[in-house]
Amino acid sequence: MSLDRSDVEKIAHLARLALDENQVEGYAAELSNILALVEQLEVADTDNIEPMAHPLHMAQRLREDQVTEPDRRDQNQAIAPLVENGLYLVPKVIE
Amino acid sequence: MHKKTIVELAAGLKAREFSSVELTGHFLERIERLDGNINAFITTTAEQALAEAAAADEKLKAGDAGPLTGIPIVQKDIFCTQGVKTSCGSRMLDNFISPYDATVVTKLKQAGVVTLGKANMDEFAMGSSNETSFYGNVHNPWDRERVPGGSSGGSAAAVAARMAAAATGTDTGGSIRQPAALCGITGLKPTYGRISRFGMIAFASSLDQAGPMTASAEDAALMLQAMAGFDPRDSTSADHPVPDYSATLGDSLAGLKIGLPKEYFEEGLDEGVRSSIEAALEVYKGFGAEVVEISLPNSAMAVPTYYVVAPAECSSNLSRFDGARFGYRCEDPKDLEDLYKRSRGEGFGAEVKRRIMIGTYALSAGYYDAYYLKAQKTRHLISDDFKQAFQQVDVIMGPATPAPAFKLGEKTDDPVTMYLNDIYTIAANLAGLPGLSMPVQPVNGLPVGLQLIGNYFAEAKLLNVAHKFQQETGWHRLIPEGLD
Repeated sequence: MSLDRSDVEKIAHLARLALDENQVEGYAAELSNILALVEQLEVADTDNIEPMAHPLHMAQRLREDQVTEPDRRDQNQAIAPLVENGLYLVPKVIE
Repeated sequence: MHKKTIVELAAGLKAREFSSVELTGHFLERIERLDGNINAFITTTAEQALAEAAAADEKLKAGDAGPLTGIPIVQKDIFCTQGVKTSCGSRMLDNFISPYDATVVTKLKQAGVVTLGKANMDEFAMGSSNETSFYGNVHNPWDRERVPGGSSGGSAAAVAARMAAAATGTDTGGSIRQPAALCGITGLKPTYGRISRFGMIAFASSLDQAGPMTASAEDAALMLQAMAGFDPRDSTSADHPVPDYSATLGDSLAGLKIGLPKEYFEEGLDEGVRSSIEAALEVYKGFGAEVVEISLPNSAMAVPTYYVVAPAECSSNLSRFDGARFGYRCEDPKDLEDLYKRSRGEGFGAEVKRRIMIGTYALSAGYYDAYYLKAQKTRHLISDDFKQAFQQVDVIMGPATPAPAFKLGEKTDDPVTMYLNDIYTIAANLAGLPGLSMPVQPVNGLPVGLQLIGNYFAEAKLLNVAHKFQQETGWHRLIPEGLD
């Protein structure tokens, strides 16, 4: 699969990444090369092979539904770009 | 003092030949004098280190010291350290002062180590040469024009240049073993889940694993002992007993069955590396080990499988960097989408963006089955290859890298060429198996790594197999010229 300029722009939008205009062509070429590497998988016979998501085939561990973490909001918000009254501030979403 | 291993330093501290404050001062002086040309450290924490050393000296005086008490180490800058900048090698986290400690950091502090600072690394651990770091290249202590490997390049260079007695690293596709090989140190990637991932900034969560990077296998056993164990804060932490890793280091290797995967010795392997590996195998034969050829038939699938699985997981994990809650935020965002896009576009470097985009594409509607599902199936085939192999042999051996360290800038133009550096290390991550690299005979003055791969939770066996070799040979004792 070879990607062109518009493919890269679409992917970058999905990933919420702003790219420099003059770098899009370069990314298209590099990503196409990486996909060519990945497409070597096509030759593998994977009929009747289960997909493997976890190396130890572990089941999700469950715990009691109890509060175990202390409230660390102040420490966590101390490093935020912009906060007010305990809320994270971003540009207005609804006019 | 810097030439000594942890085991020797601990003996010196205990016998009061020197104090931890003196030892820490000695390493800090070396960092000050040498790191300008190596760039292994992103942050040094001298004041804190000396305070930790003074506390360690009190413990030593009181006879309350463990094997790591007062030993100066460096943490890879991927581990969250409370009150200290934790950058992950990225502009995105250049302003991030962690509000908490990673479990690895907590456990090593409890063991009494002194932390000298935070080690340079490829951005978000994505790289094989340490050239993607926002903080600049790390130079290989054996040849400053060459790369130290990556992504734990700063950790490897710091130990190789003896600017720290040991380091922590993380390994998603070879990021402990490959730099350990290129810098001539011992690096261990344990079984997936052996060491907690809590507070270790996530790259690809089904592959990421922390481990020790040290001057010897004996030292790696001590570090692993402190780092390993079940952690309820990591949802995939292994609830499996932790053995005494030092107790079995000296076990006899007579009758050990060593498997050599024929796929790891085919075209593309440097001839010098091949003969160093062959010479090491002769040492093992001398111990009474038996060497047999095995096959891992799906080896060629490892790199392509990894470059679907790892980017897919990274595109999901790195979505947390949104410019809203912590880390880099762009100037004057015009709306929320602009805030996300420019914060991420400006905060991430090119390699991280490439991998996020590959992962986003592989997981996008219409492509999921062809890429991600297919890769999960080939991952299963790779894992089954090892299962078969470990029915025949106790340990697998081969090269850690196709060649010794390459020159800075040599492979930065083509990402795919760079990815092929990890051709021998990636499979162990996909299968979740432990792997170790240790120095064997150098080629033209450059270190060469022998890789050992073991069965699940066989870290003690790998350390035993490595330690016996290190007792017999002196390759792990070599120190780069001008740094001794």
